Amino acid sequence: MKLTRSQWIRIIVALAMVLAVSACGKKKVAPAPPPPPPPAPAPTASLTANPNTIQAGQASTLTWRTDYATDVTIDQLGKVDPSGSRAVTPAESTTYHLVAKNDSGTQEATARITVTAAAPPPPQQASNDSDAQLFSTNMKDVFYDYDSYDISAQYQQVLQADARFLQQHPGMKFTIEGHCDERGSTEYNLALGDNRANAAKQALAQLGISSDRVRTISYGKEKPFCTESNESCWQQNRRAHFVYQK
Amino acid sequence: MKRYRAILLVLVVLFAIAGMSAQDWIRTGTGLGVEKVRLAVPDFKQVTADTGTQNLSAVFNVTLWNDLQSAGIFDMVSKSFYPLSVPGAPQEVHLSDWGSPPPSASMLAFGNLGVQGGSLNVQGWLYDTKNPQSPQVLGKQYREQANDANARLIAHRFADEIILRLGGGIAGVAETKLYFVSKRSGSKEIWQMDYDGADQKQLTHMGSIALSPHVSPDGTRVAYSGVTKEGWQILMYSLELGRPVNFQHFGGDNYSPAWSSDGQTIAFSSSRSGNTEIYSVSSAGGSARRLTESKGPDVSPTWNPKTNTQIAWVSGRTGLPQIYTMASDGTNVVRVTDQGYAVSPSWSPNGQFLAFAWIRHYGPGAPGASDIYIMDVASKQWAQLTHEEGRNDFPSWSPDGRHIVFQSSRTGRVQIYSMLADGSEVRQLTTAGENTQPNWSFK
Repeated sequence: MKLTRSQWIRIIVALAMVLAVSACGKKKVAPAPPPPPPPAPAPTASLTANPNTIQAGQASTLTWRTDYATDVTIDQLGKVDPSGSRAVTPAESTTYHLVAKNDSGTQEATARITVTAAAPPPPQQASNDSDAQLFSTNMKDVFYDYDSYDISAQYQQVLQADARFLQQHPGMKFTIEGHCDERGSTEYNLALGDNRANAAKQALAQLGISSDRVRTISYGKEKPFCTESNESCWQQNRRAHFVYQK
Repeated sequence: MKRYRAILLVLVVLFAIAGMSAQDWIRTGTGLGVEKVRLAVPDFKQVTADTGTQNLSAVFNVTLWNDLQSAGIFDMVSKSFYPLSVPGAPQEVHLSDWGSPPPSASMLAFGNLGVQGGSLNVQGWLYDTKNPQSPQVLGKQYREQANDANARLIAHRFADEIILRLGGGIAGVAETKLYFVSKRSGSKEIWQMDYDGADQKQLTHMGSIALSPHVSPDGTRVAYSGVTKEGWQILMYSLELGRPVNFQHFGGDNYSPAWSSDGQTIAFSSSRSGNTEIYSVSSAGGSARRLTESKGPDVSPTWNPKTNTQIAWVSGRTGLPQIYTMASDGTNVVRVTDQGYAVSPSWSPNGQFLAFAWIRHYGPGAPGASDIYIMDVASKQWAQLTHEEGRNDFPSWSPDGRHIVFQSSRTGRVQIYSMLADGSEVRQLTTAGENTQPNWSFK
């Protein structure tokens, strides 16, 4: 069909506008980045505690399930398998916190265990409980350098304060646990842990604390206090740890 | 100009020889240096046709192939080169088909398999293709209750017969076991599995921490260390009774037990005197004899199984752990490693080598991985078997002296692997949970 002049003008204007807009568009938009690879689904996570109310000293079972996660940790337990269960015996009400991660994102889940006080303990137990409290408040652990069981000047002073406390409570017995960081080999770390526990015991003996009151045990790197792979956590684990014995 | 070229040529040749000889002494010492026999192993012919037989046949064929492939002494002829007709009995064999190209096998293992009345019946032969007059090297017959475990067992037995005949008189390891630590049940316990990773089962149920399993030479007990109410003790698990049995308790912490190869004596580390030292005690229990006397950690003893007159172990007496040897009465202490962080020694069955874990370059600015090394004890020549894939530790020799089992964190979580003693043919054996400290049985 034959177009009128005004129709031609409208077509040309429309075309020009389209060109202008697309040109504007082109000027404004930077070269398109390559399309991102399709993301893996974000992880899913669930965490339950059964039972969720216990008496002090009882156990509860934490059960968790995740999907798509490449890294799963529970704050209080450290790195865990993607799905599993574990018995726990928290001393006080605790909210367990799970974090499941992959490249696409993070999913968290929590479960709270409420710990109710046990029946009131008989009188001598009560004093033991407060003894245990006193002990853990006042006895400071000794920390060591890498591959070493030498007690530095700083920790000699710590041990002097520990010894003063122990002299004030001559009835208290305790265990010294030797620990190592994660980096060494399992068996060597057991032996090194023994050397650390023993070094602290000898130092206390020289400060007048009878060895009759002290047991030692090594845990090597089997019972770490933290599980991150950095110097701050490794230092936390290189220690002689004092534990009250009833 | 000619002189320089001649010198260059000589240097190049010397270089090439030096490069080859690094691995040659390992191959010679471990029996891996023998020229490999070209072995053809077609699937065994099924004489009964039901699904049960098919399943057992699949298990049998895969197990037999893997046993022979991983033995380290065969050049397995690929099944894609085999003639189309598979022999199930001697009268069906056309030897020339197997001995000439494409298979060009020098040995042929073949046979048949069937299930009758609940019994799995297997007949197997080993034929020498170059000896058509009288080719039979081996002819065997097996009958066991029909199940997967027995299909594997028969395959292992037949493979071991072949290996013994063709492997320089050294018995194969297809029926040996591995003992190891697994945390998959929630706590570290002692487990057992076949040498190829099959049939993994939990032995101990301590619910605390059990480490360092070492099975007795007669295969009846597993010594290990565990946390008890009296601290770490050397404990015993009876494989015959299926439960722990009593063993001597000592003061202090006691761990890393090691059996002499005559089963008479156990060496171990104890902190009973305050400082960890190496002790030995009769395997029947009794008073312990102190062998080392030095400050610093002393742990992880291993006996020279050829003589039982020497012990290698790890000592931190000069700082970072190093490996030492001493006579079994504690005299004649000799330092073996000269640098880095060296742990977990294991002495080879022929007494010639120590396998161990080494971070050879140690310290800030020289980050090194923990790798498995072997060292010729007499010459101190060493070779690196793993190459900076994760942290590798706790090597243990197989009784044929041709294989090493070890732990590695190369995939993230620590698992157990086996390899030939020259570092080749690495196989992952565990996948579930965290698995460590493997120990190869004596037989």
